[in-house]
Amino acid sequence: MRHPDPDDFNQPPLTPDASEALDLAGFSRRDFLKGTGALIVTFSLADAKGALAQRGGRGGSQTANAQVDSWIAIGSDGRVTAYTGKCELGQGLYTAQTQLVAEELVVPVSRVTLVQCDTSITPDQGTTAGSQSHPENFNRRNLGQAAATAREALVRLGAERLGVLAERLAVSDGRVHVASEPARRVSYGELIGSGKFMMPVDGGARRRPARDWTVMGTSVPRLDIPAMVTGTFEFVHNVRLPGMVHGRVVRPPAVGATLVGVDEASVRGMPGVITVVVKKDFVGVVAEKEWQAVQAARALKASWTAGTGLPAQATYDDYVRRQKPTRDVRLVDSGDVNTVLAASASVLKATYLHAHQMHGSHGTSCAVADVQTDRATIWSATQASHPLKNTVAAILGLKPEQVRVIFKTGSGCYGINGADAVSFDAALLSQAVGKPVRVQLSRRDEAISENYGFAYVIDQRIGLDASGRITAWDYEAWYATRGGRPGYDSPGNILVGALVGFETPALRPLSPAPPPTGALNNNSNAVPSYVAGCIGGTCGGAGVVRSERVLAHAVASPFYTGPLRSPWRLQNTYAHESFMDEAAAHVKADPVAFRLQHLSDPRLKDVLTAAAQKAGWDARPSPKPGNAATGVVRGRGIACVAYEGHNGYGSVAAEVEVNQSTGAVRVLRLVVGADCGPISNPDGIRNQMEGGALQGACRALMEQVTWDHEKVTSIDWRTYRTWTLGSDVPAIETVLINRPDEPATGAGETSITVVAAAIGNAIFDATGARVRELPFTPARVKAALQARR
Amino acid sequence: MANITLKVNGRSRSVDVDPATPLFYVLTDDLQLKGPKFGCGLAQCGACTVIIDGRAVRSCVTPVGKVAGAEITTLEGLGTPEHPHPLQQAFIDEQAAQCGFCVNGVILNAKVLLDRNPKATDEEISRALSGVICRCFVHDRMLRAIRRYAREVRS
Repeated sequence: MRHPDPDDFNQPPLTPDASEALDLAGFSRRDFLKGTGALIVTFSLADAKGALAQRGGRGGSQTANAQVDSWIAIGSDGRVTAYTGKCELGQGLYTAQTQLVAEELVVPVSRVTLVQCDTSITPDQGTTAGSQSHPENFNRRNLGQAAATAREALVRLGAERLGVLAERLAVSDGRVHVASEPARRVSYGELIGSGKFMMPVDGGARRRPARDWTVMGTSVPRLDIPAMVTGTFEFVHNVRLPGMVHGRVVRPPAVGATLVGVDEASVRGMPGVITVVVKKDFVGVVAEKEWQAVQAARALKASWTAGTGLPAQATYDDYVRRQKPTRDVRLVDSGDVNTVLAASASVLKATYLHAHQMHGSHGTSCAVADVQTDRATIWSATQASHPLKNTVAAILGLKPEQVRVIFKTGSGCYGINGADAVSFDAALLSQAVGKPVRVQLSRRDEAISENYGFAYVIDQRIGLDASGRITAWDYEAWYATRGGRPGYDSPGNILVGALVGFETPALRPLSPAPPPTGALNNNSNAVPSYVAGCIGGTCGGAGVVRSERVLAHAVASPFYTGPLRSPWRLQNTYAHESFMDEAAAHVKADPVAFRLQHLSDPRLKDVLTAAAQKAGWDARPSPKPGNAATGVVRGRGIACVAYEGHNGYGSVAAEVEVNQSTGAVRVLRLVVGADCGPISNPDGIRNQMEGGALQGACRALMEQVTWDHEKVTSIDWRTYRTWTLGSDVPAIETVLINRPDEPATGAGETSITVVAAAIGNAIFDATGARVRELPFTPARVKAALQARR
Repeated sequence: MANITLKVNGRSRSVDVDPATPLFYVLTDDLQLKGPKFGCGLAQCGACTVIIDGRAVRSCVTPVGKVAGAEITTLEGLGTPEHPHPLQQAFIDEQAAQCGFCVNGVILNAKVLLDRNPKATDEEISRALSGVICRCFVHDRMLRAIRRYAREVRS
């Protein structure tokens, strides 16, 4: 096996024996045997049975994931190797998971090595996404529970060895000892000595309570930062293999354009060029060196059809709203919304628009593929290593068990950036030349190869009674969607899969939506926090409003779309939290008090209150009295969310300054409230909250995909604007609510979900103008200012 | 193709390349350095920054032929994980990174400024970093780290 330098950070510390075993084992054997230092076990029993190809759903191989040995291995030297299917994307998960294992096994962090997202050696945990890693691996299942099971097994082994009842034993520093006689002890290495646990993960194994934590719950510094800041960290971009060559792709110039022909002679004789690769509409070049590949891709003459044409951007909201067919979902419907609205003292209506936005990773996506006749290895920054194994196999005409995907950290992705696309690119080019190929996208190719965030049109109606309480809430939305994550079986969900002939699944029409059944599903946060969320008499909402309807229509998008940090949830929360603010202003109520009046969920109330208090909230109705209608004015706004209903709680209070002659908005201060259950790493969660808040603020003020009649025109940092390090960015403060007795929830996406609404509400507070289209560009702010009068 | 000798991180390195090749590709591909990153190839994002004769230079648009013989410093030329440069240490102390992709450009642009002007004001720091992006938006922590280092340099 050709491996990058094994001494580099992030490489599994395979001993020579283990490395050789892995080589010999191929990609699908159940056991690769143990090394002397780190035990290497596997994992996907489904692979061994050849069953993976038939599996279409998400998630891991439950059989393999149920075994302790899939997660935890202890060497005779006492070192712990842990295996996880949830990977480091810049969110600090590598360190937090290392802490988790250290805590449950009662060893120092330095004695744990975490191996992440390698389809040959780690559990299949689907995709690292959707704020699922903290709940999946830190609660009573998977990684954390496997480590606890291992600790209890070691105590039982220790009881036998020491001839003492297990109840009389304690564990510290990787040793089992008699509680009353610490000198009577035996180390993990002596007990298990590179052997296997051979037992299922025990859901009943006792977890170390958060109140007793010594490693978890502390701000262990990120293990990878020293390498990152000294230029020694190995990103996927740095993977180099013997005999490796470089590829570059040539994408269609217009959306939907198909290939007419390629003039291979146009690059013949160029230095280093190895070949031109054409597979249906996929075009790429391979050269000895990267710069040669770049030049050849630029020089290659390819002719394309005109493309399918794009709807006018200026009226895109109308286009989305009018699209047929639709796929409808009714998440909640009390059936009486129209009646209650008709009987209400007043009814408010508003429409909110949200643009398509880009992930816009700083580094363009990169992957390295080594495709041979009967096997392929892909080094990829994908969030979905195990699913990618299947889709790469489909692209290459191999079986999933012939493909190995090794995760290597890339530039922050924030969702489905170009990482999966470029993994397909590298695989296709490597297969064509029979050599390892590294591909890194150009800036433009990154911008047109990713799946954009969803554009939304949201109609809201609220009824209010004479006392100023909300009587009914009606939400109806249209959002544009196409493709998505490729998952295990849909390579056509991204552009590159479609270019090589995999169909992009068409929107499956469903209208009218069936009535809601079962438990309330608020995964998309389409259901406002302030409604009761009652289905069949059972109420799962976070609020009190009983007359409620939530109806969403998915429509076909001209662009590929997919999860962009807090997908659906951010757009919906922007509309809900802005509209809630409108209702508060309408009845001249303080926005915090008005929210609290309509909430039932105590954690959501607490997180809202926490941010307000920390911000020194000025309790009064908006807009701010005394602000002039011209010049520069200041205001404050707030918003909150119960992420996905119950997967984390967040709030942001914002202070802004609006220049009423230019429409420019400065965000002066952001105060973030966060509750993600027991806090695994306080500084880590702060880092996430700060980054999320600022990223959300930038998205709220300036980010949008642009296009002309045939192609996307936001293709670099001049045409897709972002805040630089020199930009005037706000100070951010975070207040954390620790819930040691609650389950771990999602953590990384709460602040970004609410910040746009908080800023929009602060703009209103400052000026009395409501901006209902995101991003809040100066032109839109000015238009809203003019509409005040 | 031409044989070009570069002085990188204090070492003399010879490469046989087209002199028009952007320095970035020579550093990362021929010399396999990991510090410089490719963000845009358009000198818009700062990821590929290197220090050449005391100036912050975008290696993605700098032909290698123009920097033969010049003193080139990359991020790995400042310090090591075991012995980081004080500016790198400030980033560790402030935990000023998420994905880590942008830190090359942030640290090197800040270093060039503070080498020249240890008394740089916050405004001058902002100006020096106005061409560097961070899409994880770790702005706050990074600026704290830079100011922390600036204080150390001054005292």
